[in-house]
Amino acid sequence: MILDARDLLVSYPGSATPALAGVSLALRPGELVAVTGPNGSGKTTLLRALLGMLPLSGGQVELLGRPVSHWGSAELARVVGVVTQREDSLFPLTVEQTVSLGRYPFLGPLAAAGAADQAIVAEAMQRADVARFASRRTDELSGGEWQRVRVARALAQEPKLLVLDEPTASLDVRHEMEVFELVRRLAGQGIATLLVTHHLNLAARYADRIVLLHEGRLVADGPATAVLTREHVARVFDWPVAITTWCDGAPQIVPLKPGE
Amino acid sequence: MTRGRWPLLGGFALASMAAGLMLGAVPIAPGEVWAALRDAGAPAGPIVRGLRLPRVLQGFLVGGSLAVSGAVLQALIRNPLADPYLLGISGGAAIAAVVVIALGLTGAWILPLAAFGGAMAALLLVYRLSLVQGRRLDAHILLLAGVVVSAFTSALVSAVLTLSEAAQLRNAFLWMLGGLGGASWQSLGVFAAYSVIPLVVLARQARGFDLLALGDDAARHLGADPVRLRRLAYLATGCLTAAAVATCGMIGFVGLVVPHAIRRLWGPLHLTLLPAAFLLGGAFLVLADTLSRSIAPPVELPVGVVTSLVGVPLFALLLRRTLR
Repeated sequence: MILDARDLLVSYPGSATPALAGVSLALRPGELVAVTGPNGSGKTTLLRALLGMLPLSGGQVELLGRPVSHWGSAELARVVGVVTQREDSLFPLTVEQTVSLGRYPFLGPLAAAGAADQAIVAEAMQRADVARFASRRTDELSGGEWQRVRVARALAQEPKLLVLDEPTASLDVRHEMEVFELVRRLAGQGIATLLVTHHLNLAARYADRIVLLHEGRLVADGPATAVLTREHVARVFDWPVAITTWCDGAPQIVPLKPGE
Repeated sequence: MTRGRWPLLGGFALASMAAGLMLGAVPIAPGEVWAALRDAGAPAGPIVRGLRLPRVLQGFLVGGSLAVSGAVLQALIRNPLADPYLLGISGGAAIAAVVVIALGLTGAWILPLAAFGGAMAALLLVYRLSLVQGRRLDAHILLLAGVVVSAFTSALVSAVLTLSEAAQLRNAFLWMLGGLGGASWQSLGVFAAYSVIPLVVLARQARGFDLLALGDDAARHLGADPVRLRRLAYLATGCLTAAAVATCGMIGFVGLVVPHAIRRLWGPLHLTLLPAAFLLGGAFLVLADTLSRSIAPPVELPVGVVTSLVGVPLFALLLRRTLR
């Protein structure tokens, strides 16, 4: 087991209702799990709790069998790669320099990156398909290329767990598909992957499991066919939907117009 | 790619120091400078060894320290406009120095000591104001706290200056513009011994500053501790700046622009940026100081005036040439 969270309770100060209550989640090597739910349902809070960035009021998170709160930040960065929702670079680096930042948790304060580090960076760029533009500056990239560069940086951390928070927000269809294809491929290579997304239809086709959150609580956790039912989706997102089935067996959601 | 540029930058630094030793109110030929460096009894010995060498070395160290502080603060506050004087440190030094000048207190060490005390007081005040929830040093609040402390001290300085006599007004004004006229082996020794620790602390965190420039969350996910890093960086740059202001007054421009020049030429990774900014900042201040005492001897222009007059056109040129 890579990640094992049990019965998480998170309360923000000054708020009467907990941001997260009774949520459990487990992740095995090679598994791609999508976390979804409406805005404010606790997706980002769940990620932060899983990464030990929030104090828990109850429950516990174990990473590789050890409570995540016991991990130091550098230690954690040698096992977990995270692609956050937003990140702006103040002083733009080249793609290769950006990916090389993924080796920082492994380097001493003044030590130069060795041949092994450079090989890992090169491989990470290959896997995320960004090696072609390794010497371009990150402020010259398209949104999709930038996201793949950040995935490559996380891969340079040689993660056992990869966490992505809405990596395809504001990307067009092609770049969105490229990111989902990449994430699926990486999970296939054995990385436990947790993906927060609003794309129910793509999540249904790519993820091994879907975790559906609503108002800080777990609604369902399982294969897409069991989680993305008409009843669940309509209730949680507060909008009527119809469910069809794509030829690969994945449920596909069609939001209904009023009167349909 | 950048490796071949180190000898170039090192050579430039050495050349600036050579110029600093040769030029001034009394020009001295290279051979005489060399003789004086090797033998204290040489004719040029008193000028070269007694006056110019400590001044050149102190200028180099101060310029380098200001450039490194600026580079770090720009990453720390995540603002390319940050410079070592933004955070109220210079204001604290200025009010203390102006009070000492206005009171007519004399003595070689009184002015720098008072300025250092004022700078450290401002440093701690801004630090205290910026702590959120007891321990978190917030970048935005740090910037705001620095700006309000600066505004307050500059109002105090204006008030004191208004009440001062003309001669003291001129002295205070000259002090605030900065200069290396007070440099001696003693002051160099004090500054060198003092600046080693902050410089080493900052150099050891160079990689952390690359991560800090990405924002707190990204930095944390790459193994940095942004809270600790920011605290360390603020205190180290503050201590460096306080000492620089105390010994040389306010020398503008070096801390703001030298880091940007290096970023444009060599890229923004701090493991390269910090040592390169140190060398370029040092060389630049030595050259500016050399100019300031060669233009209209025996009058010395304030070095802060020269750094801006020479540096601004150079930087504008660099901006034009590296803009894509």
